[in-house]
Amino acid sequence: MRISCPFCGERDRREFYYRGAAVDLERPLPGAGADVWDAFVYLRENPAGETRELWYHEGGCGAWIVVTRNTVTHEILRTEHASEARS
Amino acid sequence: MRIDGKGLIDRNSPIEFEFDGVSYSGYQGDTLASALLANEQRLMGRSFKYHRPRGVLTAGSEEPNALVTVGQGGTQEPNVRATMQEIYSGLSARSQNRWPSLNFDLLSVNNLAAPFLGAGFYYKTFMWPKSFWEKLYEPIIRRAAGLGALSGQNNSDKYESAYAFCDILVIGAGPTGLMAALIAGRAGADVILADENTLMGGRLLAETDAVDGKAGHIWVDEVLDELRAMDNVRLMTRTTVSGAYDQGTFSALERVLHHTNDRPDGAPLETYWRISAKRSILAAGALERPIAFRDNDRPGIMTAGAVRAYLNHWGVSPGRNITIFGNTNDIHRTARDLLSAGVHVAAVIDSRHDAPLSDDYQVLRGAQVCGSAGRTGLESITVRRASGEDRIHTDCLAMTGGWNPSVHLTCHMNGRPVWDRELAAFVPSPDAVPGMIAAGACNGAFSTAACLRQGIESAKATLTALSLKTPNVSAPDAENAPYEITQLWSVPGRGRAWLDFQNDVTVKDVKQAATENFRSVEHMKRYTTQGMATDQGKNSNVAALAILADATGRGIPETGTTTFRPPYSPIAIAAFGAGAEGSGFKPQRFTTSHHASVARNAPMIEAGLWYRPSYFPKQGETTWRQSCDREVNMVRQAVGVCDVSTLGKIDIQGPDAGAFLDFVYTNVFSTLKVGRVRYGLMLREDGYVMDDGTTARLGENHYVMTTTTAGAGDVMKHLEFVHQGLRPDLDVSFTSVTEQWAQFAVAGPKSRDLLDELIEETIDDESWPFMACGSVQVLGIPGRLFRISFSGEHAYEVAVPASYGASLFDVLSERAEALGGGLYGMEALNVLRIEKGFITHAEIHGRTTAYDVGMGRMVSQKKDCIGKTMSERPGLEEAGRERLVGLKPIGESKQLLAGAHLYNEEAEPVRTSDQGYVTSVCYSPTLETMLGLAFLADGPERYGEIVKMVDHLRGVTTLCEITNPVFFDPDGGRVRG
Repeated sequence: MRISCPFCGERDRREFYYRGAAVDLERPLPGAGADVWDAFVYLRENPAGETRELWYHEGGCGAWIVVTRNTVTHEILRTEHASEARS
Repeated sequence: MRIDGKGLIDRNSPIEFEFDGVSYSGYQGDTLASALLANEQRLMGRSFKYHRPRGVLTAGSEEPNALVTVGQGGTQEPNVRATMQEIYSGLSARSQNRWPSLNFDLLSVNNLAAPFLGAGFYYKTFMWPKSFWEKLYEPIIRRAAGLGALSGQNNSDKYESAYAFCDILVIGAGPTGLMAALIAGRAGADVILADENTLMGGRLLAETDAVDGKAGHIWVDEVLDELRAMDNVRLMTRTTVSGAYDQGTFSALERVLHHTNDRPDGAPLETYWRISAKRSILAAGALERPIAFRDNDRPGIMTAGAVRAYLNHWGVSPGRNITIFGNTNDIHRTARDLLSAGVHVAAVIDSRHDAPLSDDYQVLRGAQVCGSAGRTGLESITVRRASGEDRIHTDCLAMTGGWNPSVHLTCHMNGRPVWDRELAAFVPSPDAVPGMIAAGACNGAFSTAACLRQGIESAKATLTALSLKTPNVSAPDAENAPYEITQLWSVPGRGRAWLDFQNDVTVKDVKQAATENFRSVEHMKRYTTQGMATDQGKNSNVAALAILADATGRGIPETGTTTFRPPYSPIAIAAFGAGAEGSGFKPQRFTTSHHASVARNAPMIEAGLWYRPSYFPKQGETTWRQSCDREVNMVRQAVGVCDVSTLGKIDIQGPDAGAFLDFVYTNVFSTLKVGRVRYGLMLREDGYVMDDGTTARLGENHYVMTTTTAGAGDVMKHLEFVHQGLRPDLDVSFTSVTEQWAQFAVAGPKSRDLLDELIEETIDDESWPFMACGSVQVLGIPGRLFRISFSGEHAYEVAVPASYGASLFDVLSERAEALGGGLYGMEALNVLRIEKGFITHAEIHGRTTAYDVGMGRMVSQKKDCIGKTMSERPGLEEAGRERLVGLKPIGESKQLLAGAHLYNEEAEPVRTSDQGYVTSVCYSPTLETMLGLAFLADGPERYGEIVKMVDHLRGVTTLCEITNPVFFDPDGGRVRG
């Protein structure tokens, strides 16, 4: 598997550390309520299809990257720096 | 039998080798299989389950039968395919799975027990009594069945891993692959052409057909000459592309030195490649399938393609009186080749009623071979015709049931092959692997002309996709004979007709699976073990599922195939793991004081990847406790020096550094004065403690954070994530400087006396109070001084650039000794911190909160921080939570043990009455008792009460008093003094 780092270009996945769903970027406000925080910290989708994930270019430039990936075909559709991927 | 004037072997280079202790002679270019056949040694192994005598079935990597063991001791390698093992001077190979000898195998009694060992026998027999399975049945079966064995010794062979990159990877160097590589090379693409065999050329080396008006191997040589002259083309022989992975990644195994005794020191035996290719062309060819008939596994019975390969490539006839049986025109090609080489052809049995006839040999049309005879090798076959059955004497039967395209790699990413009715075979579905085009025989093109054409077309499409221009090429003239197959999977009749030779699976086994309702191909496979041996059923899967389809009244496409998974052919674990053994698996990190510590006989212990001294034994000390107690007393009474460089150090700079730290730490850092240090606690977003450490403010926009040794990497990732992902608005940046600074703790009442002599600046309580920090000159070297303490003593940490670490360590230890102190290690450090109730990852183990460790008030109410919201969940602060306390033994037993559990004094020590657990223990020479840190339900409210510590594993029960976790100097006078 190869991932395109927005800064370094295409690299082997061994250079990257996997974190999980890009939901981690959508941190609620402190007062958002228990359900919102519960969803943010614990609840994750497990889609058969497109998914957005966080990868860290640990063996490279140190960038956190959002990888949009199809879990069925393993196709990587898009990579972007975490700071640009926030909604 | 060697045939004069045939083959691509070097007859001027004879080679002596051994098989089962007997010397044989072959030629340079022979495989073990071709050389043994040349010596008329047909018997090469015994079968897996029934110990039936077996010889070669094929001439390639798909060989199921002729598995041998090569080498001795640690380098012994089992299950080497004789068809792939090149002979060399000194080669010593042994047959497998026989006792006492290959010719006379006592375990062939299994063959007589066959009625009990059929499909699913594991599930039906040996069931009672239950206890017999593990003790009696399984050991016996394991000894009787099996392939080769490992030596049990460490393998001294070197294996290597390597990476390669290219525009186009061409897999297989037969006519298709050569043609594709030639065009891609001429177009200027960066090409890798990989082939599993010693010589490139594929079937062109095994057939007699001309290409472009010349012998196939001559055309191959010309193409290879041109390819070798191109700088943009790499040729990899003896290299099996074993797997297709995501984004154009391929694995490949190169057998670097298996073909020679000349193995230079340090040279790898095998190299495991990871190849990244923008595009790929699969030209893997096709594998011939046998026909199932009674006793079709006798040595001397092999595929027709193998007979032609042995004849044309290696100049060997596998027999003197050969019969040929099959259902395609290939049988006639085989007959012609043998006859023109002067080999006698006894009969040609063509199952097709409309088979072509010949003037040169007898053709039995519409006939089938229905049995064979011979003790350890073929002596005769039985042929069935409408007119009846005849026995024909023969020492070799060449059989063909058609060809299966090698679709394996197209299935590695979940692609499913499609049934081609005309070819009676599965062909790849298009685009099964993104960026890969299947071409030639693996794509169902079975004539040389079609292969060459598809080689050109695939190269053209690939070049276009890469925006490269295709040079003008026309396909050379070549053989273009029609294939004309009539399906024939098995010949009906009694007895055992073999499908999977390696796992001893018969037609009857597959039918029985269907009868017992294992109708799914995946169920049948597992029930019968069809295709589950090391050859993954390359010869047999399609025939097995055709028989299953017939038995279940379905068509082959509806029955479907099992899944081909990597690797294409077996790969040693050593090759997969190359580079990742020993320190390649776990790198070692050494501090600048490492050599000095080892020189003082300090036992080194692992801390993550680091190595740290446990203690520094002095003469006369016989136990670690003696050294540890002395070192603790030394720190409490004089001064001790300890290397603390392994703690993570992260340099944090930027105008928003303070604001950022406020967000990742529970407490406030933006208000910290320049020149001061503060202890910080970091939470995970779920509210539990992640890490702790001190952070010093060296300048208005400059902090340096320390993390725990084990947590350094995770904290760095965390900071980067929080900044890039959550707070990109903050202007701050991070650099790990753990290895740039050597840092030493100098602790004890005399610590300032020691440092005064080394540091130019004045260090008194006014200029360097507790928790002060700043730049200093250490013996003329710019360094940093922090007045912090992990021992509870008046202490400092002094840091210098790592290149001065070793010499500063020597100076510090020398001066400490002059002051009545010295070095201390991890054991003493641990005692010192337990006496003070300081926590480590034994306490912040991922399931404890700030509240649990007694730091609830450190979560600032004035600001948000990572983990704050979730740490306020009611459950995390409710009564009954296990919280940090100290323990002192008060009863008869004085022993405390980490990991032991706590119970109320009168309670039965069972799970339901559990009150908590012990995390850290030590013997305190200062307080002359064992001390423990523990998490106990409502602990801090129970000081003075008694609990019972029970270690169920070691059988220890100790009554303890619950105390404040700070056992020593609770008001902290010493640290300030």
